[in-house]
Amino acid sequence: MKSKFIVEKIFLGLMIISVILVFGFLGSILITIVRNGWPAMSWDMITQLPGGGFYIGKEGGVLNAIVGSLYIVGASTVLGLLISIPIVFYINIYLKSDSKLASLSRLSFDVLYGIPSIVYGAFGFAIMISLGLRTSLLGGIIVITLLIIPIFVRSMDEVARQLPRHLLDATYSLGATRYEVIKVAIRQILPGIATATLLSIGRAIGDAAGVMFTAGFTDSIPTSLDQPAATLPLAIFFQLSSPIPDVRERAYAAAMLLTLIVLILSIVGRMITHRFSKNKIK
Amino acid sequence: MSLPLLQRRLYKDKAMRTVMRVLTWLSLFLLVAIGIGLFFKSRLILSEHSLWGLLSGREWKPLSGEFGFLPFIVGTLFVTALSIAIALPIALLSALFLTEYAGSWVKRVVFPIFDILAGIPSVVYGVWGTLIIVPWIADRLGPKFVDYTSGYTVLASGVVLGVMILPILVSLLIEIFTIVPQDYREASASLGATKWQTCWKVILRKALPGIVAAVVLSISKAFGETIAVLMVCGNYAAIPRSLFDPCYPLPALIANNYGEMLSLPLYESALMFAAFILFFIILIFNIISRWVLRNIERNFKL
Amino acid sequence: MEKEKSESSRILQRFAFWKSSTEKPEAPFVEEEGEKSEDAVIDIENLNVYIREQHILKNINLSLHDKKITCIIGPSGCGKTTLLRSINRMIETTEHLRVTGRVCVDGEDIYDRKAEITHIRKKIGLLSQRPTPLPMSIYDNITYGCRIHGERNRKKLDSIVEKYLRNVNLWDEVKDRLHTPASALSIGQQQRLCLARGLAVEPQFILADESTSALDPISSKHIEDLFAKLRKRYGIIMVTHTLRQALRIADYVVFMYMGEVIEQGTAEELFKNPQHELTKQYLSGVFS
Repeated sequence: MKSKFIVEKIFLGLMIISVILVFGFLGSILITIVRNGWPAMSWDMITQLPGGGFYIGKEGGVLNAIVGSLYIVGASTVLGLLISIPIVFYINIYLKSDSKLASLSRLSFDVLYGIPSIVYGAFGFAIMISLGLRTSLLGGIIVITLLIIPIFVRSMDEVARQLPRHLLDATYSLGATRYEVIKVAIRQILPGIATATLLSIGRAIGDAAGVMFTAGFTDSIPTSLDQPAATLPLAIFFQLSSPIPDVRERAYAAAMLLTLIVLILSIVGRMITHRFSKNKIK
Repeated sequence: MSLPLLQRRLYKDKAMRTVMRVLTWLSLFLLVAIGIGLFFKSRLILSEHSLWGLLSGREWKPLSGEFGFLPFIVGTLFVTALSIAIALPIALLSALFLTEYAGSWVKRVVFPIFDILAGIPSVVYGVWGTLIIVPWIADRLGPKFVDYTSGYTVLASGVVLGVMILPILVSLLIEIFTIVPQDYREASASLGATKWQTCWKVILRKALPGIVAAVVLSISKAFGETIAVLMVCGNYAAIPRSLFDPCYPLPALIANNYGEMLSLPLYESALMFAAFILFFIILIFNIISRWVLRNIERNFKL
Repeated sequence: MEKEKSESSRILQRFAFWKSSTEKPEAPFVEEEGEKSEDAVIDIENLNVYIREQHILKNINLSLHDKKITCIIGPSGCGKTTLLRSINRMIETTEHLRVTGRVCVDGEDIYDRKAEITHIRKKIGLLSQRPTPLPMSIYDNITYGCRIHGERNRKKLDSIVEKYLRNVNLWDEVKDRLHTPASALSIGQQQRLCLARGLAVEPQFILADESTSALDPISSKHIEDLFAKLRKRYGIIMVTHTLRQALRIADYVVFMYMGEVIEQGTAEELFKNPQHELTKQYLSGVFS
């Protein structure tokens, strides 16, 4: 047998091992979370606020963190979309593709994307302190918005760059202004926008470092923007550092809950995305 | 004709362009503002200590005024490099297998799965790390190499981060390999190359810019990850000597101490300096990787 | 003022036409000859186009006539498409571009700094090589242009959709699924849809860039027949790679080579009695 066939066999083996490893790791994560989270899971976890002795293992749930997370994610996703869609189209429709500003802002979004969320969090907190603000829902929303704008811009930009030239030309040739062309182009990249939104929601809901200092933590559900808000990742993190086993059990349950929320969001989102693509031109 | 309408449309177009331009410039400004803000905040510590002293100092005793960042910087780089070293080969090989060897239905099924898994929050990876990886290192793997290890180690952090970036890396790589035109595969096969030879000599080469970009992206993600690392790294401020030593990356340092230490201006400033180091590394890293990418794209236009 | 009048009366007349056409659906394509007081003309004077210092179009002087089909022929890479795209300033999306000279549409230089391009483009429809439906329903595709130019009346839009779909012989095929995505149509249908969409904004000229080359023979014939009908109303400038097509439908022919206009004239003159050596060679198939 020639050596090239031996090499072929070896690498085929390695590849199969890699695939098994990938699925093994990811399967192990899901199994671990479910196995540890399921026993501590109860209806109370989802529907109750933390009771008086919650952090020493007494009754209560993490509704405060669920609601807080959803508030922050919802608000920052909307804000992020409102800010990043104009930026993406400015770069791709108004600016020429050899524009210095376009490549400069692409670089800067790459950097912004790479900046760790803890840096956003610390920076946001420093700003809030100097303005005399305390940890609040608003602070959390702003920091998470800043955190996900680069994700939005980068992934939508990827799609917008591939907008078919002929589609834009056809619209221009009907006498459309650039702004009117954008309105057509939005329909074409709607699936891309949906995917970017999913990605950002995933990042926003799972981020703990950004909200650690800015949104704070509380046992109640915030009723206004200037109150602190709890978030699920932080709830998990704090409970996990508890010495009491019951509390740690609950952290696992909360982690399972968070995973579940993310999975449901992304599966539902995927189905919606699919519906969005019906008008798309190949 | 209907000139007022035309003017209205043009006016709208101009107004929107202004709004968009302002937003774009604001986002550029944000980057500059973060950089300057962090620098400004870390001026206090820089006036007390020399820059070189801070970067090369090994001792971290904030209460007695010693701020050495070397352990944290080494910890950050060590953990990030380890995570890429673990994730990249696995991701490359499995992405190659899934695109080149497996049937097309595999891609249809596997691709969305990876996208969904990529959304799993990092805190969940951290939980998994503390439950599975840390005990495994402490009880099984560690004793074979060293006398004692708590399990909360560089290795644990690297594995957790590596696994965390796996789904995103695999799905990016699958996308990149899929884009490589079929012609290349046929051309290579028609010259009598085996599938692996085609993968190695043609596809990896053709996809190199994409691979580099994907790696840059994953490094960015691994580098700044805070919570998952914080949970498994051991949080011990010394330069790690081996994979089985605990470490203390920069993000963990900030997360653990910021907020409580505001009464000590010098300490706060030190933590801001830590944030500035992170910012600066990411900035330089992105500029370099962009330059590298441009060169690769120029040289590898096959 | 006078123009405005003729414009509105034209719209009214079209509307009247639609009313009658609903009664007898097989009505032939409407002929509205002799309505415009004067024939609009596109005048190209000393047009030069450079891309990255490459001289793409060299000193073009052309007059393009209304209500005639002008075919631009020539080997690939000779600048046909660039010429076509510079007539409605579509070329401006190209980078490193420099244009000198004038292109006058209806006496208005479109490269003038003060010229308002969306307004000019409305007068010049474009039908590109591959069909380019917009990512929306069939109905919205046709009405898109009208709506951005200010038509909001639902009834009028309905009538416009029917009228122009009939004009391109598409109405009967799609009337039951006007609100389904345009991308679901066959390629030939898409191309006719795009033609109808272009016509719906009432242009004076239609630019066609090898508009039949991506289609199957039957759809291609369909479009060609439509052009032949449309010449009664519009000036059509088409780039074509097939000499036979130019032979079949051209009134005027422009032969280009290496960015220059080598020869131009009526189809009869140019095909029967080419003057220039290059034209003779091209027509006899020495190169293509």
